[in-house]
Amino acid sequence: MSTTKKFAATALAAALGVSTLAACGGDKGGSGSGDGKKSKTVTLVSHDSFNASDAVLKAFTEETGYTVKVLKSGDAGAALNQEILTKGSPRGDVFFGVDNTLLSRALDNGIFTPYEAKGLGAIPEGVRLDGDKHRVTPVDTGDICVNYDKKYFADKKLAPPKSFDDLIKPAYKNLLVTENAGSSSPGLGFLLGTVGQYGDDGWESYWKKLRANGVKVVDGWEQAYNEEFSGSAGGKKAKADRPLVVSYASSPPVEVLYAEPQPKEAPTGVATGTCFRQTEFAGLLTGAKNEEGGKALIDFLIGKKFQEDMPLNMFVNPVIKDAKLPELFTKHGVVVDKPQTVAPEKIADQREQWVKSWSSLVLK
Amino acid sequence: MAVPVAFFAVFFAYPVAAITGRGLSVDGVWQFGRIGEVLSEPDIRGVLWFTTWQALASTALTLLIALPAAYVFARLDFPGKQLLRAVVTVPFVLPTVVVGTAFLALLGRGGLLDELWGVRLDTSVWAILLAHVFFNYAVVVRTVGGLWAQLDPRQEEAARVLGAGRFAAWRRVTLPALVPAVAAAALMVFLFTFTSFGVVQILGGPAYSTLEVEIYRQTAQFLDLPTAAVLTLVQFAAVGAILAVHAWTVRRRESALKLVDPSRTARRPRGAGQWALLGGVLTTVAALILVPLGVLVERSLDGPGGYGLGYYRALQSAGASGGTFLVPPLEAVWNSLEYALAATVIALVVGGLAAAALTRRAGRLVRGFDALLMLPLGVSAVTVGFGFLITLDEPPLDLRTSWILVPLAQALVGVPFVVRTMLPVLRAVDARLREAAAVLGASPLRVWREVDLPMVRRALLVAAGFAFAVSLGEFGATVFIARPDNPTLPVAVARLLGRAGDLNYGQAMALSTILMVVCAVALLVLERMRPDRSGSGEF
Repeated sequence: MSTTKKFAATALAAALGVSTLAACGGDKGGSGSGDGKKSKTVTLVSHDSFNASDAVLKAFTEETGYTVKVLKSGDAGAALNQEILTKGSPRGDVFFGVDNTLLSRALDNGIFTPYEAKGLGAIPEGVRLDGDKHRVTPVDTGDICVNYDKKYFADKKLAPPKSFDDLIKPAYKNLLVTENAGSSSPGLGFLLGTVGQYGDDGWESYWKKLRANGVKVVDGWEQAYNEEFSGSAGGKKAKADRPLVVSYASSPPVEVLYAEPQPKEAPTGVATGTCFRQTEFAGLLTGAKNEEGGKALIDFLIGKKFQEDMPLNMFVNPVIKDAKLPELFTKHGVVVDKPQTVAPEKIADQREQWVKSWSSLVLK
Repeated sequence: MAVPVAFFAVFFAYPVAAITGRGLSVDGVWQFGRIGEVLSEPDIRGVLWFTTWQALASTALTLLIALPAAYVFARLDFPGKQLLRAVVTVPFVLPTVVVGTAFLALLGRGGLLDELWGVRLDTSVWAILLAHVFFNYAVVVRTVGGLWAQLDPRQEEAARVLGAGRFAAWRRVTLPALVPAVAAAALMVFLFTFTSFGVVQILGGPAYSTLEVEIYRQTAQFLDLPTAAVLTLVQFAAVGAILAVHAWTVRRRESALKLVDPSRTARRPRGAGQWALLGGVLTTVAALILVPLGVLVERSLDGPGGYGLGYYRALQSAGASGGTFLVPPLEAVWNSLEYALAATVIALVVGGLAAAALTRRAGRLVRGFDALLMLPLGVSAVTVGFGFLITLDEPPLDLRTSWILVPLAQALVGVPFVVRTMLPVLRAVDARLREAAAVLGASPLRVWREVDLPMVRRALLVAAGFAFAVSLGEFGATVFIARPDNPTLPVAVARLLGRAGDLNYGQAMALSTILMVVCAVALLVLERMRPDRSGSGEF
């Protein structure tokens, strides 16, 4: 018995020691979330791609008195699943980054408390996918589209593809690289785009043709874009030979922004008929410690300041009508008129089955 | 004994059991039927089969390629040996995304093999196997070479004098003494490759999948916890079986050995055979390790306007632009070093105490604990990460958003290294020395301080080096731990690679190069730190 007691005592001591250590190090990340000023901090949980300018976050503090602490944990899917697992005892107050492909899973698991954000009227009805229930608030939209290497098509005197139908034409044989729909968000988006375009009965035969036309599938966006796509910096160094890649409508402006010196024209273009629209939402977490702060933060996320800051930080489009796009986007970006969409409930129901069928069609 | 047991109970067994239990029970009712269901799926069976055979093949290939190198590093003296030993450990810390890039430059389109012989190995199983050798080379060289350097060469010479042939002398004198170290190295390589994740995804392409990849997909993507739980149990069973085999091979082989100062056993190569061996090993290292690393360095310097330090300069200004996405690289280096240091200290304390306890005691229970310590190497990072999430959520252990969780997760992977590198040396210490000290009136603590410690000081340093390198490069569990934004180097590299644009790619390469240099320097410093005339133990 005494060994058990001793063990328990040691375990407790070790645990306490670690907690004390953790408490001492609490300020390390600049979080400053001591117990005394708990109500002054509002915690935003998000995925790894979340980004905002320091100046904008500071403006939020000035307006509301709350300091934002950001916790990022993995990609969009992993971050949401962690929220579902900690339902009722969340790590933060607001979750940002659930998109329309994951929305139903989030809502079915009931992790959000309804809140009707101030300024919701500025957002078009079409993107408010939770209707009047207000469990989530749309924050941004983005399109997953095929990008092309402008130089390749100019050299070959070939017109770049414009639509899903073009991609299965012999002229574009062995040119496209895409991502694994089972593990990559753009990969899944492209698959959903074809489901939207050709319907439940047609998408499988489309992929058979795409496969026959030499589509290459790699695991993630990083490999597709940086290793296989001839229009990217990494691709050029790796002597990549695929001038078509599944990426984002915002990738060309990003190429311009992150080049030294900035080119007059983006090196890549977008096939606007191959797009799938993603909408990202934020929601107030049930059990949030600072509900008032969380509400203020959601209001702020759809406010003009944050909305206009977003494009150059996360490379997505604002959802409110009167937000101005930065020049980089208006000059080098494209307008996607008719993106494909699929209802979130349908995605939730069939996603796994679609991915399974897709895998056996394309990977085997 | 109590500290390591408590550590593993709280930070490993409990979280993993909780997440597995959550998957297998619905409203408190256990659903063991799921096990049969999942296991009868042909896809899952394929994954299991592939996972096992690629791990076995990778382990065999690594041993085949690295054992001669272990000999060369142990017994031959050549200029630049220390530096080279640090460099072969560098792959260990590099994020797989980056290594994938480097390896494609060796095996893929327009790569070295392609240009020389028109051979392309990307998206083939060979790419996976060779990358596993690349990652685990140092494990064999350091674990086996460390012990080998301390075996007294005179024993083998005596056998030769008594008429044994060169091979017979090696087989009957040196080999038996090496068995524990070889078995330990093989075990670690097997566990690492059995749970391989990034390498398989990036180099093998989506057509290949291991258990680890499948567990990740089921947990992080589909949130299918029952399937993930069954797969975790399968992983446990497989790892447990391997550990049992390992224990069985090693148990009767470990014995007190006469260890000598390694600086006296190495000499300059003599004769055509030794020169050829040295040449062969150096060529292998150059082709398999230096070329991929060189590609990264080259790409970090190769800007749009020709070679230069443009990307490194861009790194300096990255912090100035503001925002929560990037940190100034110096800050990331600092974050990484702090985390790695904390993890190393935790791993050394926990692992050192465990190794000491394991040396002293025998019996089934202790051996069981020995095996348990290895389990974190064989369990999916996502299982541990998600397990933390649902267990460490109440005071006094509400650590879910605390920075300490990162070094704790890293230490879980570091501890097995500390134990594995210290045990062979500790067990080789002659028990009579301790008994003599005790008879002369020394307390147990004093015996440890004055007998064991001086003999294992070097082993301790090498173990620290491993633990440090492992935590510096650790990415899997870290990525699932939500933290206030102070990313480590590997995380910063991954973020840069996740964005389009020439500058982002170039900066990712530059930051990887910095990570390589930080790792190599840290290891060199550790090697220098070892005292000149300690009695024993490279590891």
